[in-house]
Amino acid sequence: MDVAVCVKRVPSTDTRVKVGASGTSIDPTGVQYELNPFDEFAVEEALRVKEKTGGGTVTVICLGPGDAQKELRNELARGADKAVLLKDDQLEARDAYSIARALADQIQKLNVRVVMMGKQAVDRDNGHVGSMVAAMLGYACVTEVVKMEIQGDTARCEREIEGGAREVVEAQLPAVFTAQKGLNEPRYVKLPGIMAAKKKPLEEVAAPAVAPKLTVVEMSLPPARQAGRFMGKGKEAVPELLRRLREESKVL
Amino acid sequence: MKRFQGLDFLELEGELSEEERMVRDAVRSFVDERILPLIGKCYEDGRFPSELVPEMASLGLFGPTVPEEYGGQGLGSVAYGVMCRELERGDSGIRSMASVQGSLVMFPILEYGSEEQKKRWLPKLAKGEAIGCFGLTEPDAGSNPGGMLSRCKKDGTGWVLNGRKMWITNGTVSDVSIVWAKDDAGVVRGFLVEKGTKGFTAPETKGKWSLRASVTSELVLDDVRVPDSHRLPKAEGLKAPLSCLTQARYGIAWGAVGAAMACFEEALNYSKDRIVFNKPLAGFQIPQMKLADMATDITLGQLMSLKIGRLKELGRLSHFQVSMAKRNNVSMALRISRVCRDMLGANGILLEYHSGRHMCNLETVYTYEGTHDIHSLAIGEAVTGLPAYR
Repeated sequence: MDVAVCVKRVPSTDTRVKVGASGTSIDPTGVQYELNPFDEFAVEEALRVKEKTGGGTVTVICLGPGDAQKELRNELARGADKAVLLKDDQLEARDAYSIARALADQIQKLNVRVVMMGKQAVDRDNGHVGSMVAAMLGYACVTEVVKMEIQGDTARCEREIEGGAREVVEAQLPAVFTAQKGLNEPRYVKLPGIMAAKKKPLEEVAAPAVAPKLTVVEMSLPPARQAGRFMGKGKEAVPELLRRLREESKVL
Repeated sequence: MKRFQGLDFLELEGELSEEERMVRDAVRSFVDERILPLIGKCYEDGRFPSELVPEMASLGLFGPTVPEEYGGQGLGSVAYGVMCRELERGDSGIRSMASVQGSLVMFPILEYGSEEQKKRWLPKLAKGEAIGCFGLTEPDAGSNPGGMLSRCKKDGTGWVLNGRKMWITNGTVSDVSIVWAKDDAGVVRGFLVEKGTKGFTAPETKGKWSLRASVTSELVLDDVRVPDSHRLPKAEGLKAPLSCLTQARYGIAWGAVGAAMACFEEALNYSKDRIVFNKPLAGFQIPQMKLADMATDITLGQLMSLKIGRLKELGRLSHFQVSMAKRNNVSMALRISRVCRDMLGANGILLEYHSGRHMCNLETVYTYEGTHDIHSLAIGEAVTGLPAYR
């Protein structure tokens, strides 16, 4: 079965984020990028769907700058068959709608019945794109999937809901699935895969311009933590501590 | 745990191709996720983590430069070097295991073996379904391998081998041992001796305080009979085993840089976190001087390994150049591991930290595959034209 996977290149999770001069996006100086961690589960599941259904093509799609070729090549090395880079060096100017529209158009060209994505990208944390793409294409959408099995034209999925509870749903294909941690254990990139990836197609096309419907007007870091204060020592300090927690910090 | 960053002061990683960087990242994740969590305990228990062999094989760590038709991946020399560097960032013993399998077993079979030998062994060795070892060194012949006492004698259609080999990585667990011995005319020949051959045993060397997560053995050959089809047909003379060592030393020159990078990063992080006299240890002048020296020495080692890699890819690398890189980089790594262990204070003696283990391992690397001193003589010969070995 052919599968499309949408992935995003995000600042690596151990980046110390600084706000850029524009005040609306992060300062990219010295930032290292990597594949969005949730997308690794999505790619792995796509490979498993292909393997379990006895073949097909896994196409990885990324909307991002030219440098995202690196992340795409890595997923080809992991086992994907084809990659498409929807090139846009101004990714930060797009909102979820603008990204989803471009991805949906590309997916439509591929004529796939299963679309995988991470449940959210860890840079902006909106978690919108999966649902939007599904809505634009008129596909079913199952979010935060932790287990999935495809039988004919139906996908039986387990998903996480509030309080750690689980829900089992059945979705009619075509559908978009967004991967939650725990869905699988992504395989390693292997040296033979790296050699094979050199021969796999990586197509680069300009991402269609889609005006955003939402713009970031301000981005700010949390205020610096204030130094702690000592209220005294021993039992005698307790009443004063309680008073301040109640009256000043209002946490009690 | 903070992810390994890897010192890259001169942006040398930018000199790597996309493929080489992918190899680096693949091996780096494997080391982070699979080797580092268990290596301290393996070292303490004196055990090679053989459970990792299938995974190492599926990652393609055994003989990756071997052509694809024989089960390798046809990887370039720099990519192979990067692989060794990242593996040894985990442990010199693990890297040694892979070095022996690739450079000292698969390489001689590929280079000096018959087509049948290549077809029979290379794919199995690449898949980790067979383990190999290389028997050249003897109890009384190390730096002077030509002084070996092991003998091979033609007997009818086959050969009879007698002798003892020592300090053989993977020996006890090997399915096939490449054994070198002199014939009646004094010509060194190589043989593939299979596990279980009558008269052949490989007892493990115990009591090591270095390379404890690696199998080291003795090979005992007592009237071992092998057919002529087990002889490496294209290997005649000492040049053959020496050429294998050049391959292995090339990997060591890279590997040692990995061990040094691991120690440096550990000492750097520790000294930034450790507060003494109300400020980080790294904020004092003596630790900074040590860190500056180490960063510089590691960078020089990185430059040297990268340059020999590119020369090797062009087919222009001489064994003298390999000697210089092995000698410099291992000596640098050993020195750095000692300084790092010192910077960790009392913590440095715990296996929970890595510098002490690297330090003990590097004591072996310093004298194996050509001792530091013998490599001095190789460089000396190259620059003066006057061999001073004997």
